[in-house]
Amino acid sequence: MKTFWEVLLGLKSLFTGLSITIREFFKPTITTHYPRQTETIPARFRGHIQLTQNPDGGASLCIACKSCERACPSACIIVEGVKKTDGPGKTVSEFRLDFGTCSLCGLCIEACPVKPVKAIEFTKRYNLASTTNDYADMDLVQRYKDLQAKKS
Amino acid sequence: MSAIFDYLTQEPVWFYVRLVLFLVGTLAFVGANAAYLVWVERKGAGRFQRRPGPDEAGPWGLLQPPADGIKLMAKQVMTPPGADALLFRLAPALVLMPPMMCLAVIPFGDKLLACDLNIGLLLVFAFGSINVMALMLGGWASRNKYAIISAARVVSQNVAYEIPMLLVVITLLMITGTMNLNEIIHQQAGGFWQWNIVRGIWDFQAGHIGGNILVPVTFLIFYTCMLAETNRAPFDMAEAESELVAGAFTEYAGMGFGVFFMAEYANIVVGCALATLLFLGGWQSPIGTVPAEWGWWGTLLGTGFFFAKMYFLIFCVVWIRWTFPRTQFYNLLNLSWKILIPVSLVTLLLTAGLLKLPNLF
Amino acid sequence: MKALNLIPVGDPADETFTLNLGPQHPATHGVLRVKLVMDGEYITSAQPVIGYIHRMHEKMGENRTWAQYLPNTSRVDYLSAMTYTHAFVGVVERALKIEVPQRAEYIRVITSELNRIASHLVGWGAWVMDLGGFTPILYAFDDREKILDLLEGICGSRLTFCYYRFGGLCNDVDEAFVSGTKAFVPYMRERMKMYKRLVTDNIILRKRLEGIGPVSAEMCRRYGACGPVLRGSGVAYDVRKAEPYSVYKDFDFDIPHYPQGDSMARYLVRMDEIEQSLRIIEQAIAKLPDGPTMGKAPRIVKLPVGDFCYATECARGRLLVRVTSDGKENPYRVRLRTPCFTNLSLFEEASKGMLLADAIAFMGSLDLVIPDIDR
Ligand code: SF4
Ligand code: SF4
Repeated sequence: MKTFWEVLLGLKSLFTGLSITIREFFKPTITTHYPRQTETIPARFRGHIQLTQNPDGGASLCIACKSCERACPSACIIVEGVKKTDGPGKTVSEFRLDFGTCSLCGLCIEACPVKPVKAIEFTKRYNLASTTNDYADMDLVQRYKDLQAKKS
Repeated sequence: MSAIFDYLTQEPVWFYVRLVLFLVGTLAFVGANAAYLVWVERKGAGRFQRRPGPDEAGPWGLLQPPADGIKLMAKQVMTPPGADALLFRLAPALVLMPPMMCLAVIPFGDKLLACDLNIGLLLVFAFGSINVMALMLGGWASRNKYAIISAARVVSQNVAYEIPMLLVVITLLMITGTMNLNEIIHQQAGGFWQWNIVRGIWDFQAGHIGGNILVPVTFLIFYTCMLAETNRAPFDMAEAESELVAGAFTEYAGMGFGVFFMAEYANIVVGCALATLLFLGGWQSPIGTVPAEWGWWGTLLGTGFFFAKMYFLIFCVVWIRWTFPRTQFYNLLNLSWKILIPVSLVTLLLTAGLLKLPNLF
Repeated sequence: MKALNLIPVGDPADETFTLNLGPQHPATHGVLRVKLVMDGEYITSAQPVIGYIHRMHEKMGENRTWAQYLPNTSRVDYLSAMTYTHAFVGVVERALKIEVPQRAEYIRVITSELNRIASHLVGWGAWVMDLGGFTPILYAFDDREKILDLLEGICGSRLTFCYYRFGGLCNDVDEAFVSGTKAFVPYMRERMKMYKRLVTDNIILRKRLEGIGPVSAEMCRRYGACGPVLRGSGVAYDVRKAEPYSVYKDFDFDIPHYPQGDSMARYLVRMDEIEQSLRIIEQAIAKLPDGPTMGKAPRIVKLPVGDFCYATECARGRLLVRVTSDGKENPYRVRLRTPCFTNLSLFEEASKGMLLADAIAFMGSLDLVIPDIDR
């Protein structure tokens, strides 16, 4: 008798499961159809880093202090600076990021002493997949100039 | 049109025409079904999991099966070192044969069957049990430990499920009194209340209690056994991918693997077709009978009914697969030996008793 | 035909054979290898072989400054990154006696618990998938996606969060996160009911888990097993209660534990833990204080000479971070005592005499994350 009830209850549990999945069957899909649809990228998204656009235009805010280079756990930033021609301090001449080793942690940005706007920021680029390795070696000074040219 | 049909239905022209039609037809049918059932399966799985399923190749992903076929055919066929090359190659061929033989006797419409055999049902079961041999050969010949474990599982599973399946079918045969599949369908004419699944409970035509009041249970047992025989989830121990990688087909690549896949779906088609004609009235219409004067159009309509019922059952197979986890094989054997076989024996006895009952009064 | 160079199989009278489960096997989720000696379908001995994904996280700690080690902590057990970072920032804060603002602690609890739910959902889904049910994992991922969206909104990352800093958080939560979390709790409760009906009550699943892989409390003690494995054996040990860290003292929650010690007990523990985490989140979000999220932490972190440790309860059990400092900028030694390693070590003893399919179910019940074993 006990077995009989067990079998019946087991059968009932199976039909409950079936009724749940058939209900899901008629609900709309929840996936994003990637190349055609995209998700909105949140404001704090951590993409690769880039030099922040100077709100006043002109050269980058970076003072080539190398704090970011030192803070980076993956040692993937190389910063070189040259003396400014028009005043004290340095300006960045080379800023390379080896994106292949970057762990997207954000420690470099936190280390940057430039105020009030940090000299580096995260981009929202995520579709960086490539069949070659070239994309990983990023020249951020060049990118800064390109972006500036596009803006103006 | 009907003149052509009349000519073709003459013996012996009809015999050869049927033979050729059957050969071409079943191959095309099995191929198309296997290809598009994979599509149905994937699309269905997608919907159950609230994703679209394949939809890049063609509209609604309808070109996915040909694309898959091309991919499979383009792949290198390899024989693993140490494998028995002959048996390894033979297994895919053997695995596709039984379901194709079974399709020969299954009437898809009133006259739409290749071979009107008196013992059609027997033939279906005879060949139905052979396909396990092919799986076992494939598993054994590939000299892979996972494949061998899987082969052993397949055999014990099929032996265990053949018995209750035959028992419930015998129950049904006691009511129908014939093994001719077309004859069985003819008996179920009239409407859905004449189908065996209802007629077993109460025989409306004769106006007395049916031969087997437990016929829904019988149907459930039959369906369960069908799932187990075709190695479908939740009884897919043979290819339990999370345990045995790909089970008996682990070593197969390219079309060899594809053929095993096709055979799986062909077996499902045979199983569901059998369930349809044994329990759900085959090509009979759910209300009334298709008038005889409609001729071939009526037959085609009947075929439509048959396919509607069969594909509904196949959809249930997909539905079940994407709902349940896999059973453990000793649970599976327990289910068969401790529950299904006793229950089907009880229904057998009950039917024997009930069939005698009307005679007593 | 060419003569085959067959590998000798040993004593022919001995009917056992060796089966290699992994390193590339669908059920080992990653690169764990288990060397099984089988007698038919029965396992006579199972020897886990680890090290296929060893990334030297402990050694890396010695070559980095304290702050630079933060991203590593998210990558040990990538499914519960928050709790790992919590343990590491905890040890530094303890050593330097850094005061963490209340708001930061509350947010740490909320994010850790969200992360725990996400982790349990993946573990649950993957386990049911091992058992052959493919659909639940996709439902679980749907819910997990909601959690990850919330967490991505506040820290910009979906998996390797790296959100905590010595003394607080890298940035404050916004209104969207608070309201999103508030909405998530009732939603998840509804889903849990659905999961219970779809999977937990399912007769096939029960038959596969009940009585499979019994692990006694005594065996857990011998191997140092922890987390849901230990609680499934009837021991109500949870770091959050036993040695409360952060602000866990402020919340009212239970420690689910079941005495049976079988796979089903471990399953139920995890399902109940999701409910308890929801309770904690509900309370924490209601009580969330205002204020800063960053305490006073030195710019250059240097720990005093000595040994320090800090334990947290991560999704898979007790995580202990022990660091040795010689007063320099880099740690002298970082040691991670991870739960998966100890949980795996009882596999060999417990799986003796088990059937292959049961062993897979049992392995799923340990909820292993392979990088966590190898580190
Ligand atoms: S995000 Fe982290 S790893 Fe990447 S460059 Fe910045 S500090 Fe280095
Ligand atoms: S980006 Fe900031 S931290 Fe890096 S070199 Fe420039 S100013 Fe210094």
